[in-house]
Amino acid sequence: MDKELRQYIDFYKSERDTISANSAEVLNAEREKSAEALGTMHVPSKGAENYHVTDIPSLLSPDYGINIKRISMPMDAATPFKCDVPNLNALLYYQCNDEFRTSDRDYSKQLPEGVIIGSLREIAESHKSIIEKYYNRIAPHDEVMPVLNTLLAQDGVVVYLPKNSVVSRPIQVVNVQSGGVPTMVSRRMLIIAEENAQAKIVLCDHSQSPDVAFLVNQVIEIHCGASSNIEIYDMEESSETTRRVSGIYARQQRDSQLTIDTITLLNGMSRNNVKVEVAEKGCNTLLYGIGIGREKGIVDNNTYIQHHAPHCQSSEQYKYLLDGESRGCFGGKIYVGPGADKVESYQSNNNIIASSEAKMYTKPQLEIYTDDVKCSHGATTGQLDENAMFYMQSRGIPAEKARQLLMQAFMEEVVERVNIDILRDRLKQLVGKRLSGEMALCGTCGAKCAKK
Amino acid sequence: MELNDEKKINDSAQATESQMIINDVTVGDYKYGFVTDIETHILERGLNEDVVREISRLKGEPEWLLQFRLEAYRYWQKQKMPDWAHLRIPEIDFQGISYYAAPKQKKSNPKSMDEVDADLRKTFDKLGISLEEQMRISGIAVDAVMDSVSVKTTYRERLGEMGIIFCSFSEAVKEHPELVKKYLGSVVPYRDNYFAALNSAVFSDGSFVYIPKGVRCPMELSTYFRINAANTGQFERTLIVADEESYVSYLEGCTAPMRDENQLHAAIVEIVVERKAEVKYSTVQNWYPGDKEGKGGIYNFVTKRGLCRGDYSKLSWTQVETGSAITWKYPSCVLKGNNSVGEFYSVAVTNNYQQADTGTKMIHIGNNSRSTIVSKGISAGKSENSYRGLVKVSSGAENCRNYTQCDSLLLGSSCGAHTFPYMDIQNSTAVVEHEATTSKINEEQIFYCNQRGIPTEEAVGLIVNGYAKEVMNKLPMEFAVEAQRLLQVTLEGSVG
Repeated sequence: MDKELRQYIDFYKSERDTISANSAEVLNAEREKSAEALGTMHVPSKGAENYHVTDIPSLLSPDYGINIKRISMPMDAATPFKCDVPNLNALLYYQCNDEFRTSDRDYSKQLPEGVIIGSLREIAESHKSIIEKYYNRIAPHDEVMPVLNTLLAQDGVVVYLPKNSVVSRPIQVVNVQSGGVPTMVSRRMLIIAEENAQAKIVLCDHSQSPDVAFLVNQVIEIHCGASSNIEIYDMEESSETTRRVSGIYARQQRDSQLTIDTITLLNGMSRNNVKVEVAEKGCNTLLYGIGIGREKGIVDNNTYIQHHAPHCQSSEQYKYLLDGESRGCFGGKIYVGPGADKVESYQSNNNIIASSEAKMYTKPQLEIYTDDVKCSHGATTGQLDENAMFYMQSRGIPAEKARQLLMQAFMEEVVERVNIDILRDRLKQLVGKRLSGEMALCGTCGAKCAKK
Repeated sequence: MELNDEKKINDSAQATESQMIINDVTVGDYKYGFVTDIETHILERGLNEDVVREISRLKGEPEWLLQFRLEAYRYWQKQKMPDWAHLRIPEIDFQGISYYAAPKQKKSNPKSMDEVDADLRKTFDKLGISLEEQMRISGIAVDAVMDSVSVKTTYRERLGEMGIIFCSFSEAVKEHPELVKKYLGSVVPYRDNYFAALNSAVFSDGSFVYIPKGVRCPMELSTYFRINAANTGQFERTLIVADEESYVSYLEGCTAPMRDENQLHAAIVEIVVERKAEVKYSTVQNWYPGDKEGKGGIYNFVTKRGLCRGDYSKLSWTQVETGSAITWKYPSCVLKGNNSVGEFYSVAVTNNYQQADTGTKMIHIGNNSRSTIVSKGISAGKSENSYRGLVKVSSGAENCRNYTQCDSLLLGSSCGAHTFPYMDIQNSTAVVEHEATTSKINEEQIFYCNQRGIPTEEAVGLIVNGYAKEVMNKLPMEFAVEAQRLLQVTLEGSVG
């Protein structure tokens, strides 16, 4: 057993009763085998395949506090407003660390019939059969971080969309990290879209305690039923002391469409895994991402699309802008299995290294086991176009401003993919601010940040 | 070589080319699969320090080389077989292989063709490598290596006049120990990888080339590798040193008999390119790929690397890989000199049960260094074909440029084509581009050919050759013809 994992397994064994008492039966049922599985696993060391920049052992080795007794942490009421997207008109929910909280407003009457949004712990009790059917069914059982999440997760968010339900307003979940000591947060989300269901989900990550080291271990499972259409916008704007390992795991059924947009604006270290299993024919999968790295930040996106069925399409586009001593990493794998004919799959990764200390590591991969496919990937790493810079300067635009404009234009291509108009505009503004070196959130929110 | 000669050769090559393709398509299969019945000195199977010492003794090597071998052997013993490649490698019994096989010659060091053993000569004649006559016409100097030892090097005297050294590795050890000592292991140290360590311990022979300052080698140098004996491995080592402002084009070809058991080939090629020098290294690899059921064939584990040491140096790898049951090969360039250039052009074809994991590494260390990678993979039958490449720009390397293109063509629904490019960019002034596509052979093109009376199989040949043209064009003429024919033969029976 790896020593990094031992402390978590030992912790679980000694606190088993407390963890279970503060959670639901369905969640508890998965814990024992997770502990057993963890005992046989090895933590991937830094530099191992697919872990070129992310150092999982060093993430796991510190002694974190884990809030298993579910003590309610104080949450600054203003913090969520930092993430306020004016006029987004979203259904707003919060998670403070890994504890679900509703906002003041009660949306239950505004939701279409049968739609359930709420605490995983509560819904696992009230709608046990649904959660039992879907919980921990897609998250991998052979990877350290998701298994560790299953071992420790006590609560989370559920979005359940029954057949033919359409939630027209965006569902926004604001995640706030709060606490005074280094804390490990096991966040869990379960999205179930039955046939023909549609929803747009916006996730915002923040840290309320910018000096405290957090390890966020997030697992999101998405079940896309036939002909469903789900969009996920996962935005991170936390702090330089936040380390986040996020896993979004999805399974798509016939003719479904799934969009996952991972946007990293401010972070310490982020490792975002997106794994989509395209199980049935006619599906469309769209993965997008933006990574803005500065100072010693690490942005590491890893995607894996598995095409098991014919007549599917997938498209991926990730863009990075690296400044300071930041490090970027993109690993994208497209797998087309035997029999998955007529699959069209495109992947592109473009990066700009804006400082002499920043580094980028890219690994696009294609693994194809059938012949009737069209697959391609492209990757570029470079700098801003000198000619364009010169052109703008010759028109009287200062170099710094010209630089910002070009960077913003570079990112625009991915930002444009956002399907919620108001969010898109807001994001453009945020990216623009981020690129000009400002903390994006300071300008608009009422709560002034303590730092910067 | 005279210009007129070159033209004549080109003309005749083109005239016979179409005929050859037709012949090959009708005759088919692996045509180099014969065995020469020749008396061979083979060491007992197995590997231990005594074997290493024995090889060194048989070759009459100096003490420092024996020590080099022993260090490599001791290092190898501590290593594990690498498993990161996208290959299913059956367990290799390293004790079941004989590490030294030498065709017995009546006289060692033949001075003229008459002194070379008649059977040996016949073997190379059959392979189309008539050591003397044919090559005199085409003007290529050949070093022929059978099993473990170099049989005969042609044109040595003429090259010697210009100061060019082209000889077998063992001769170089005897005659130019200072050069060998200086450069051996300088590009591929024995610690580099598992197979490099194995080769460093037991390498038997190979070619050595030294091009002195300011000399442009007047002819193409070539090595022809042949595995003949059963249950042996071939471990040759090539060392090419191009001194300042020199140029050489080097060709390498390989074949082996058809046998049911797998044979191991683990070679090392080291190239040192000094300031303003240029080396062009071309390979047509046609080791026996195994039969249609995937039985037999050569395991080809090769470490090839060139060091562009001086400013403005250039190294170009061109390879056509059609043979071997398993190919594990990544010809690389370390671009250390400022303004140095690395190139890699590759066509890798796999059919039946062949597996290939091949590609390149471009390590940019010098400022303004440039590299180009063009890789074309073709998979058919039940084969697996992977491209694996690394482009690394180190933090001190300013204004580096890389362009990578890797395409895969799929013929048949049960083969696999994979791409694993790695890009590690640590400098903000670098411009690195990578493009990859995977697709099926275009049905409309086949239909068009059919419509014009060209049968499907031939149409596929045409399309594949067109697809691979970009790389083929980089090969020297004589090789291009052979490579084109090989493509056709390898893909035979893969359509329909």
